[in-house]
Amino acid sequence: MATLREPVPTFAGTPPFPKAAAAALADRQLRENLRRATTTIRDKRARAVAERDDWEALRLAGAAIKDEVLARLPELLVKLEERVTAAGGAVHWARDAAEANAIVAGIVKDTGATEVVKVKSMATQEIGLNEALAREGIAAWETDLAELIVQLGQDLPSHFLVPAIHRNRSEIRDIFRRRMAAAGRPAPDGLTDEPRALAEAARLHLREKFLRARVAISGANFAIAETGTVIVVESEGNGRMCLTLPETLITVMGIEKLLPRWQDLEVFLQLLPRSSTAERMNPYTSMWTGVTSDDGPQAFHLVLLDNGRSDTLSDPTGRQALRCIKCSACLNVCPVYERTGGAAYGSPYAGPIGAILVPQLRGIARHPVDEQTASLPYASSLCGACFEVCPVRIDIPEVLVHLRGQVVRQRGWRQRTLSQEALLMRSLGLALGEPRRLAAAERLAGLAAGTVARDGWIGRLPLPGLLGAWFRGRDLRAPARMSFRRWWARQRRGTT
Amino acid sequence: MRVALFVTCFNDLLFPEVGRAVVTLLRRLGHEVDFPAGQTCCGQLHFNAGYRDQALSLVRRFTRVFAGFDAVVTPSASCAAMVRTHHALLVREAGDGALEAAVGEVAPRVRELSELLVDDLGLTDVGARFPHPVAFHPTCHSIRLLGIGDRPRRLLEAVDGLTLVDLPGADECCGFGGTFAVKNAGTSVAMGTDKVAAVRASGAAVLTSADTSCLMHLGGLLSRAHAPVRVMHLAEILASR
Repeated sequence: MATLREPVPTFAGTPPFPKAAAAALADRQLRENLRRATTTIRDKRARAVAERDDWEALRLAGAAIKDEVLARLPELLVKLEERVTAAGGAVHWARDAAEANAIVAGIVKDTGATEVVKVKSMATQEIGLNEALAREGIAAWETDLAELIVQLGQDLPSHFLVPAIHRNRSEIRDIFRRRMAAAGRPAPDGLTDEPRALAEAARLHLREKFLRARVAISGANFAIAETGTVIVVESEGNGRMCLTLPETLITVMGIEKLLPRWQDLEVFLQLLPRSSTAERMNPYTSMWTGVTSDDGPQAFHLVLLDNGRSDTLSDPTGRQALRCIKCSACLNVCPVYERTGGAAYGSPYAGPIGAILVPQLRGIARHPVDEQTASLPYASSLCGACFEVCPVRIDIPEVLVHLRGQVVRQRGWRQRTLSQEALLMRSLGLALGEPRRLAAAERLAGLAAGTVARDGWIGRLPLPGLLGAWFRGRDLRAPARMSFRRWWARQRRGTT
Repeated sequence: MRVALFVTCFNDLLFPEVGRAVVTLLRRLGHEVDFPAGQTCCGQLHFNAGYRDQALSLVRRFTRVFAGFDAVVTPSASCAAMVRTHHALLVREAGDGALEAAVGEVAPRVRELSELLVDDLGLTDVGARFPHPVAFHPTCHSIRLLGIGDRPRRLLEAVDGLTLVDLPGADECCGFGGTFAVKNAGTSVAMGTDKVAAVRASGAAVLTSADTSCLMHLGGLLSRAHAPVRVMHLAEILASR
C-alpha cells in the first residue's frame, strides 16, 4: 500500500506570534490568497445573516444552550454515555491527547486494519492523531478536499473550514500532480487548474480509499445527551462516505460538543451554516445513534476528550470559549488573521478563537505557559469584529484581556529581572498616578521632543525593543511643548 | 449643567490642540467646561495590556476626580468606552463595594464629544466651516464598544464647505490597538498601510476620527510616506470656522 514517507510537518516549534507572523507578512502570494478568500467569505456571511431578522435571538439562544451544557456537563456526559452504550456503541474517556491517541490506536489495531479514512476533525488535529497512528504503522487518509490538499502538500492547516485557504488553484494543481501518486491513485494526465478538474482528480483519488477502508475516524459537531445521537455537518459528502461505508467508526469528540436535547439542534443547524459557509442549510448532515444492524458501521466507538477542557471550564471568564461551534466566522473577519494566516498561531485552532482557546487548553489558569502560548492573547488589536459575528456570542476581546492579565501575573513572579514592557508599564503607572509627576514628565518629554521633531512628528530614533518597534514604518507624534494641562492653567491665570 | 472635560493622557501630551478645540467649540455653543486638575488617565492602556492592578488605581483616581459633575465630556471614543464598559467590571473583580457604587455614579455620565453634542445638546450643526475633502475613520471602539453609530458623521455632514469622501473598508481596524502597535509591530503596520492606501485613494486632504490614538498610528504612517494628507481630530474640524 502507498504511503507518504516524508515526515509530516507539525505545529511544534512554532515561534511566538510576532515572529511567526513576520514570515507570513513577507509572503505576498499568501497575503493575496488570504485577503481574497477572507473578504469573499466575510461578505457572503454578512448577506446570509442579514436574511434573518431573528439572528440576535438565535445567537442568544445558542449562547444560553451552550452555557447550560457547561453548567451541567458531568451529568449530561454520563447521560450521553448511557444512551450511546444502550444503542450498541462503546464510550471511552480520555483525559488528554496521549490517552485519546492510545485508545484510538488500540481500537484500530484490534480490527487488524493498517489504514483509516478520516473526515475532517479539529479534535483529532488538536491531539495529533495522524502522527500518533503513523508511529503505530497505521496510515490515516484525510478525505475532506482541503485537508487532502494540506496532507498531500505536507503542509499545515490554516483555517477550520478551508484548511488550504492559503493555497490558490495552480498551487493545488501542482501538489496533486507531484504528490498524489505517492499516496494512491495518481493525478490524471494533463490535469489543469480548473476547479472542476481538480475536484474530479480528488474524487477519483479518494474513491479508491473509501471503498477499501475498513475503519473510519471522525470528529463530531454535536452530540445529543438525551438520545445518544452524534452529528457531523459537512459539505462534500466525504463525511457521509466515511460514516457509512467502513465496518468500524471511531468518533473523537471534545466534551463541550454536547447538547442537552434533540430540539436544540433547531438553533445550531441555523447558526452554524450561515456563520461558516454562508449557506441557509448545510448540504450533508449525518446523524447516527449507536449502531444499526445490517446498515452502516457495525462497531461504533465514541472517545470523549478532555485535554484541558475541565481546566478551561473552571475559569468563570474564560469558559465562554467552550461555547465555540468552530464556524470560523471570527477568523474570516479578523484583520490580524487576514494578514498572518493560520499557521502563525501555532495550532490547528487559529484566529481569534484560537488565541483564547489554546492558552486555556494548555493550562494557563493553572501554571506558567511557554512563550509561544503566552504570545497568543496579544495577537489582536482588540477591534471586536470577532465578537460581533460570533454565533454564540463569545466576547473574545474580553477573554483576550483577561488572559493577558494571567500572563502578566505569571511573568511577574517568574521573572526576577523586569522586562522592558513591565518597566514601561510601571513607569507610566507611576507618572499617571499623580498629576504633579505627570506634569513634570510631560515637560521633560516636550523639551526632549523639541530637539528631534519636525512638523510635529519624530522621524526615526534608534531605540531598543518595544520603543524602537514603533519606528518600523511609522513616525511618532512629538510630545507637545505645552501640554493641555499647562495651557489650561495659563489661560485660567490669564482670565482671573 | 456642570460639565467637566476629561482630556485623556494621550491628548494632554501628544494632541493638546484637541483639548483646546473642545473648549473653544463648547464656549462658542455657550457652555463653559471645567478641567479638574487631578485627572490623569482612564486606565485603558494598563487594563488592555493585562496590568490590572495599575489600571484599578487609575480607575480609583478617575472616579474620585470626576465625582459630582453632571457630565464628563471626552474627545476619545476609546477612553469613553473604557470608562463606561470596563470600569465597573474592574472594580467588581476587586470586590470594593464603595468604589463600585461610586463608579456606578460617575461612569454613566461620561460622554464622547459627539454624544454630548448630538444627544445632550441636541445639535448636529455646530456652526463650523471647513472647506476641505475629509475622510472619516469610524474607529473600532466607537462603533463596536461605545456604539456611537453615525453621530460623528452627522456632525461632519453639517459642517459648511466640508466634503465627506467615501472610504472603502472604513469599518476595518487601522491596526493601532495600544500595545499591539509595538508588540506586533509588523502586523500593525501592515493593517495601517492598507488603511492609509484607502485614505490616499479617497482623495481626502484630511483624515479625521473620534480618537487620536488611531490618528497617531495613521498619521505616523502618512508622515513617514510624506503623503499630502493631514490627520485632525473631529473636535478640531467642528471648532473651525
